[in-house]
Amino acid sequence: MSTQQQKPETQESPDDSEMNGTESPQQERLEKKERSMVDERSADESDLEGDTVHIKVFRYDPEVADKQEPRFDDFHVPFKKGMTVLDAVMYARDTYDSSLTFRHSCRQAVCGSDAFFVNGKQRLGCKTQISELQQPVRIEPLPHQEVVKDLVVDMDHFYDQMHAVEPYFKDEDTPDASDLEEQRQSRENREKVKMSTRCIWCASCMSSCNIAAGDNEYLGPAAINKAYRFAMDDREGDEIKEHRLRILEQEHGVWRCQTQFSCTEVCPKDIPLTEHIQELKREAVKKNLKFW
Amino acid sequence: MSQSYNRGLIEDFGRWKEFSAGMWAWIFHKFTGWMLIGYLFTHIAVLSSAVTGPEAYTNTIQGLESLFIIRVLEVGLLAVAVFHILNGLRLLMVDLGVGLDAQDKSFYASLVLTAIITIASVPTFMDGVTI
Ligand code: HEM
Ligand code: SF4
Ligand code: FES
Repeated sequence: MSTQQQKPETQESPDDSEMNGTESPQQERLEKKERSMVDERSADESDLEGDTVHIKVFRYDPEVADKQEPRFDDFHVPFKKGMTVLDAVMYARDTYDSSLTFRHSCRQAVCGSDAFFVNGKQRLGCKTQISELQQPVRIEPLPHQEVVKDLVVDMDHFYDQMHAVEPYFKDEDTPDASDLEEQRQSRENREKVKMSTRCIWCASCMSSCNIAAGDNEYLGPAAINKAYRFAMDDREGDEIKEHRLRILEQEHGVWRCQTQFSCTEVCPKDIPLTEHIQELKREAVKKNLKFW
Repeated sequence: MSQSYNRGLIEDFGRWKEFSAGMWAWIFHKFTGWMLIGYLFTHIAVLSSAVTGPEAYTNTIQGLESLFIIRVLEVGLLAVAVFHILNGLRLLMVDLGVGLDAQDKSFYASLVLTAIITIASVPTFMDGVTI
């Protein structure tokens, strides 16, 4: 965990070397993101060593009388080098208040269960260094989702939207199993969909989007990105791609996006969501353009 | 899970300090777009004074232009229009997928350009008016 302190590059994109040489916009964006992270960090962790971190955690529980009205609880957690936001809330739960509730599992930005609203931004608890943040660190559940308890939000709607785009590989003419034929994907095509495959279903993007907040039926960035992952995959036939575009170009599909870039800013997997949505908008237009 | 709590729209203007460039661009674009629509109606109202005759039109224009507040509003209108056009071009680029990685920079550029053009226009708009 602490390696992330000195070399943030190694944490998130281990296979960026694949992209070396080709200076893509995405790569530039990643570099910029990292640079700004390093800047924030230069506030220096050594200042914090031996200190305590002050966190304010959102509390709500419909079943406990004095928690029915939401409030913030303060915790002072001893700082350790490399401590993440998730480490801090886990320490608070284990040491001070065992009723403090939040989801987590992998602790390495893989399962997508611990997206919180930290200091006004959607972030993964396990991927956010406490030392990067201004204190007191405000930890709230994801905005625009119903709070079930403390930091736990209802994810049903998000999952419904994800499933609405039929996020699985389909092919009308899958080769016969008896042929034992491989369905090859070109390297270029793999590169094209690479970033879009990395979604961990954390719902940060959906939560950050104020169009999604106002339009409950909007598919949202994650679902559209999911559809992109399949629509842009060469192995899917034209008919299926048409079918996907039909889902996407509905009233509450890609056209709701007004390019605020909120989702792209918060995605913990650095997926260029706005870019993907825009590309699908152009695909949808191309599909419908007829000059006769 | 018998009950849950709806926090409503959390990213309201109370959190404006946390908004990112893209969010500001969106807010300003909405605002300027609707301001321009609003101006369209006042514009039509002023122009239609010509229906009564040339003198009525001249009097209306001269009366309005002698007011300091109108001159200030004109500068404001220019600022609003220039920003809307520049950011509109930025949005067109975004729609074409050009320079998405520089979307924040192009927003700041439209702000700076708008400021420069607006300031440069002040002497022209304020010519010959007394407070
Ligand atoms: C060269 C001039 C202009 C350009 C390049 C331009 C560009 C644009 C673009 C690209 C949008 C879409 C924004 C989005 O994707 O969300 C837009 C929206 C809009 N524009 Fe313009 N525009 C121009 C002039 C005008 C004028 C003269 C008016 C008013 C009379 C106007 C009023 C609006 C309005 C009301 C909206 C909608 C705002 C909303 O989304 O609620 N625009 N403009
Ligand atoms: S696209 Fe990014 S922010 Fe959205 S759910 Fe997937 S990993 Fe999370
Ligand atoms: S705990 Fe799995 S993503 Fe953070």
